[in-house]
Amino acid sequence: MTEIFEKLQQKSRAVWQSLRDRPLILVGTATCGRAAGALEILKVIKEELVKHGIDAQVLEVGCMGHCYAEPLVTVYKPGFPPISYGYVTAGIAGRLVEDFLAGDDPCLEFALAALEANDMVPALTDFPRGMIERPIILDKCGLIDPEQIEHYIALGGYAALATALAREPGWVVEEIKASGLRGRGGAGFPTGRKWETCRLAPGEEKYVICNADEGDPGAFMDRAILESNPHEVLEGLAIAAYTVGARRGYFYIRAEYPLAVERVKKAIEQARRAGLLGTNILGSGFSFDVDVFQGSGAFVCGEETALIASMEGEPGLPRHRPPFPATAGLRGRPTVINNVKTLAYVPHIIERGAQWFRETGTAGSPGTAVFALAGKVINTGLAEVPMGTTLRQLVYDVGSGIPKGKSFKAVQIGGPSGGCLPEAALDMPIDFDSLSQAGAMMGSGGMVILDEDDCMVEIARFFLDFTQKESCGKCTMCRLGTRQMLDILEAITKGQGRPGDIELLLELAEDVKSGSLCGLGKTAPNPVLSTIRYFRDEYEAHIKERRCPALMCRELIAYYILPEKCERSCDACVGSCPVEAIYPNEDRIKVIDQQKCVKCASCLEACPPQYKAVIKLSPPELVAERGATNRG
Amino acid sequence: MHLTEEEKKVALEQTGNILESYSRERGNLIPILQQVQEKLGYVPLVAMEEVARHLGMPPVDVYSVATFYNQFRLIPPGKHQIKVCMGTACHMKGGNIILDCWKRRLSIDVNQVTPDREFSLERVACVGCCTMAPVTVIDEEVHGRVTPTRVDGLLFSFGVKIPKGQQKEGEAIGRE
Ligand SMILES: Cc1cc2nc3c(=O)[nH]c(=O)nc-3n(C[C@H](O)[C@H](O)[C@H](O)COP(=O)(O)O)c2cc1C
Ligand code: SF4
Ligand code: SF4
Ligand code: FES
Repeated sequence: MTEIFEKLQQKSRAVWQSLRDRPLILVGTATCGRAAGALEILKVIKEELVKHGIDAQVLEVGCMGHCYAEPLVTVYKPGFPPISYGYVTAGIAGRLVEDFLAGDDPCLEFALAALEANDMVPALTDFPRGMIERPIILDKCGLIDPEQIEHYIALGGYAALATALAREPGWVVEEIKASGLRGRGGAGFPTGRKWETCRLAPGEEKYVICNADEGDPGAFMDRAILESNPHEVLEGLAIAAYTVGARRGYFYIRAEYPLAVERVKKAIEQARRAGLLGTNILGSGFSFDVDVFQGSGAFVCGEETALIASMEGEPGLPRHRPPFPATAGLRGRPTVINNVKTLAYVPHIIERGAQWFRETGTAGSPGTAVFALAGKVINTGLAEVPMGTTLRQLVYDVGSGIPKGKSFKAVQIGGPSGGCLPEAALDMPIDFDSLSQAGAMMGSGGMVILDEDDCMVEIARFFLDFTQKESCGKCTMCRLGTRQMLDILEAITKGQGRPGDIELLLELAEDVKSGSLCGLGKTAPNPVLSTIRYFRDEYEAHIKERRCPALMCRELIAYYILPEKCERSCDACVGSCPVEAIYPNEDRIKVIDQQKCVKCASCLEACPPQYKAVIKLSPPELVAERGATNRG
Repeated sequence: MHLTEEEKKVALEQTGNILESYSRERGNLIPILQQVQEKLGYVPLVAMEEVARHLGMPPVDVYSVATFYNQFRLIPPGKHQIKVCMGTACHMKGGNIILDCWKRRLSIDVNQVTPDREFSLERVACVGCCTMAPVTVIDEEVHGRVTPTRVDGLLFSFGVKIPKGQQKEGEAIGRE
C-alpha cells in the first residue's frame, strides 16, 4: 500500500515542482472572484502572455479568504517572493505581464502582500490579521489548483488516508475522540462520538454524507472550501467511511453552488483515477465510492433527517430523533453526516495527531474556527482563527473595522439560528459554549457585521421572514407561531406596533421554541430574543415614537434634500431618480415629491460627497415640518 | 401560463429521454426533476406525471415534492433569468431596493415572467457571494455591488431601453 502511495506522491511532487521552473500566475476564480470579474482578468493575462511571448503557467485557483480584494492574482517569478495583487483590473493585469514578467518591475504599487516574509514587500503574516489567523483547513485554499489532484498530494494530501488505512478503524475513532473535534455544522456535536456510534451500529451497509447544504444566508465558508480544495473534504469523507465501515458516500451540495458541484465532481473523478476511491483503495482491501446529490433549495434540508428524506425522494420534513442517523439514517441504515469543515479537519488531525489539534483553541472547543465576514466591515472575506478569538479581533484586526467612519453596532452570528451581539460582547472569546451563553450560536460561522445604519428590529424581521418561509410546516408552532411573530415585527417596522408587542413577542418565542421538533423552529426566535435583549430601546422607538433610529425601515423614513446644502447647478440626484420624484423649485433647489418617491436611496448615493445634501428623516412627518419652515 | 401543444410535446419527449437513464427507485426523484428542469428550464405538469409513472408512485406525491423545494419552477422561465439575492448580507446592503428596481423596470413581480418571455424574476437566498453584496445573478453569472443605476445598465446590456423621463411606476418598458 505505502509503495503505491509513494509512487503517487513522487509523481505529484514532480508535477508541483515543474510549476516552479518558470513564472507562475495564479488567478482566484472561485465564485467571489468571478463576481468581481476574475474570468476577464484570466483572459487578459493569457492574451498578454502570448503577445509578449512569455513562457509562463497560468492556473485557476480558489479563494484565499481576502475576498474584499478580488479579483486576486498571485505571481511567482524566480528571484522574487510570491506576491499577491488585489483589486486587479484589466489594466493592472496587463502591467503585471508587461512590467513584471516581461520586465523586472514587480509593480509594488498594486501589491496586496507577499505570501512569505521577505525584505521587499510586506507579507500577509505581517498584517494584524496575520498574527491571529491560524490556517489549518484553509491553508492550501487559493494556492493550489483545485482541479489538479497532484497539487493536493504534493503538499501532503491523502497521506492521512494512507495512514488511516494502515491502522484499525478503532484507532481512528480514538484519535478523533482524543482531538476533541466538534462538528462545525452548528451544534458542535463531538465527531468522534458520532463516528463511534455509527461504527458500532449493527448493519452491513452504512453511509457517510458530507453536508454541504450551507443554507445560512451570510455564510460562504463551505462553498469556498469546496471550490478551493475539494480533495481535503473528500479525503476526510473517505477516512470517515473507512472508520465506520461505509462503502458509499455522498456530497449533499446545495443547488445555488454550481461551481462547488462542478469542482467536487472533478475531484471525485480524479481520486477514482488515482486509485484513492473505488475498489481496494491503495491495495488495502477497503472499497469506497462517492456520488454528488444536489440539494433543491430548501433550508431545512441542512437538518440531518430532512436531508435524508430529500435523498429518499420525499419532501424534506425532519423527523423525531432518536433514532439518530448514526444508527438509522439513509434508507434506514447507519449513516454519518458531517459538515464540510468537520471533514476537512480530519486529515490534519490524523496526520499531526490529536494532541497537536488540542494545542489550538479552548479546552471545550479545540482547534480553529472559520468565519465568513460580511456586511459592514472593511475587509470582507474568510478567516480561520483559533477558537476563543474575540469578536473585537475578528472585526477590527481581521476585518479592519467598519467602513466609511461609521460606528459598530452589532454582529449577527450563526445565521437564522443565531443572534445579534452588541458592542459590549466584543471582548468575549468566541467558541461554541460562550456564544450560546450570550444567546447567539456559532452556527456554521457566518458573521454579518452591522453598523449604526442598520436597524435591529428590521434584522429580526428579516430572519423571521426567512424562517417563516423556510419552515417545513410540520409543527404548528413553527408554522403559525413564527407567522404571528413575523406579523408583529412587520407591524413594528411599519410604525404600527402596539404597546405590549415586545412582551407578546417574548411569550411567543418561548412557545415556538418548545413546540418545535427540529432545530429550525427551536432556534427561529433567537434573532428576536437577542435583539430585544440587547436593543430593546430600538423596539420602543419604533412602537412609541413611530421612529426608526437607524433610519432604515422604509415606512418610517423619508428622503429629504437640505436646501442649505443643495448646490443649485448640480443635477446629480435628478438624473439618478428612477421615478422622477425630484424637481427644482423656483430657486432651483431640488425638492423631493414625497408622493412619488419610492425610497430607493439613489439620490442619496448620487449626491456628490462635497454637498451631501440628501438625508433621511424619521419619522417621515419631519419633512412636512422642515418643508414648512423652508418654504415659509 | 398556457403551454402550447408543441411545448407539451417537447416536454414529454425530453422527460422520456431523461427517464431512460434512471432506475425505478424513488430516491431518484429529485435528481430526475433536476434533470428535467435543466433541460426544459422548468418542470411542467406533464413531465411530473411521466416521472410518477416511471417511478410507480402517485402523481400527487411528485407534485408535493416539486412544490416543497424552492428550486423547482413550474412555469417556463424567461430567456434571461434574473435572481436577486435576499440573503442577510445582501438584505442589509439594500437587496430589497434592488429587487424593487427590477420589479419596477420589468413591470413584473417575483416569480413572474415578462409577457414576451424575455425576463423572469426570482429571489434567491444567499448565493455565497456575500462579500459582493448586494448581488444579482443573471443566467448563472453573478453581478456584485449592484446599485439602482447598475440595474438599468444591466438591462441596457440586454438591449432594453429605459425611456428616461417617461416611465411611471408600473409602466412597462420598451424593448428591442
Ligand atoms: C434547520 C437546520 C439547518 C441546518 N443546516 C445545515 C447546513 O446547511 N450545513 C450543515 O453542515 N449543517 C446544518 N445543520 C446541522 C446538521 O443538522 C447537522 O447537525 C450537521 O450537519 C452535523 O455535522 P457536524 O457534526 O459535522 O456539525 C442544520 C440544522 C438545522 C436544524
Ligand atoms: S420545527 Fe419547523 S422546520 Fe422543524 S420540523 Fe417542525 S415545522 Fe418543520
Ligand atoms: S429616494 Fe429614490 S425615488 Fe426617492 S427621491 Fe431619491 S432617488 Fe427618487
Ligand atoms: S447574502 Fe447575498 S450572497 Fe450571501
